[in-house]
Amino acid sequence: MLEITLFYVAATVALVATVLAMTRTNAIHALIYLIVSLLAVAVIFFLIGAPFAAALEIVIYAGAIMVLFVFVIMMLNLGEKGDQQERQWLLPKIWAGPALLAAVLFAELLYVISTVEGPVSTTAVSAKEVGLALFGPYVLAVEIASMLLLAGLVGSFHLGRRYLERDGFDDGSEK
Amino acid sequence: MDGLNIPLNHILLVSSLLFAIGMMGLMIRRNIIFILMSLEVMLNSAALAFVAAGAHWGQPDGQIVFMLILTVAAAEVAVGLGLVLQVQKRFKTLDMDHANRMRG
Repeated sequence: MLEITLFYVAATVALVATVLAMTRTNAIHALIYLIVSLLAVAVIFFLIGAPFAAALEIVIYAGAIMVLFVFVIMMLNLGEKGDQQERQWLLPKIWAGPALLAAVLFAELLYVISTVEGPVSTTAVSAKEVGLALFGPYVLAVEIASMLLLAGLVGSFHLGRRYLERDGFDDGSEK
Repeated sequence: MDGLNIPLNHILLVSSLLFAIGMMGLMIRRNIIFILMSLEVMLNSAALAFVAAGAHWGQPDGQIVFMLILTVAAAEVAVGLGLVLQVQKRFKTLDMDHANRMRG
């Protein structure tokens, strides 16, 4: 019974934090709400028996990816001006249409989900089982993921290096 | 561990709500940083659906797909934020409506 209550509390926190994150005008405030939302989703992962996924959610999503966002927002130095610009863009006549369309798609999803039945399994899937499956039948997926990460690394290095060069910083490479 | 009987369709409900919120955020925002955040929310909700389905059958496959989604999100954010820096540098704004031509 306690776990079910915890699940509903975590789900409510996740939804409220996400809505607040999507409607903030200040990027850093939105980011902090987003981190709260990710932590709440990590709690849900833990409750449905996926402790390894919960740990990864905190370490990689709430840790690494969000820190990346924080650094970029700090570099951009948006300040009060960007805040006012955002407020100008967030008028009801701008968000009413998209919100309606998203609500329609959500209603369709709701209709499909209503046919699903049964509880989630009561036994947790341990990290050992995940590891065995990851390096057994899914080893090709691991290789593809590593290539994707390499492509991301090269792409972000390429984009970021030119940014540093033209701003007058010396990154140690030949101009 | 009996008593842990969260209905699967409630988790899927949360997941689809998160997806709808993320999609709404994607459509109403013009700032590229908020667009990337909305994409994160959408990827995260898809990952939640996968993990819930994996937990439903007690198999590790859902968590493996979660890890692949995590990889995609990390690579996407790294490249996306690199693009943010370039857009800010070239157009002096983060409004994506200004970056509407293939060759700026």
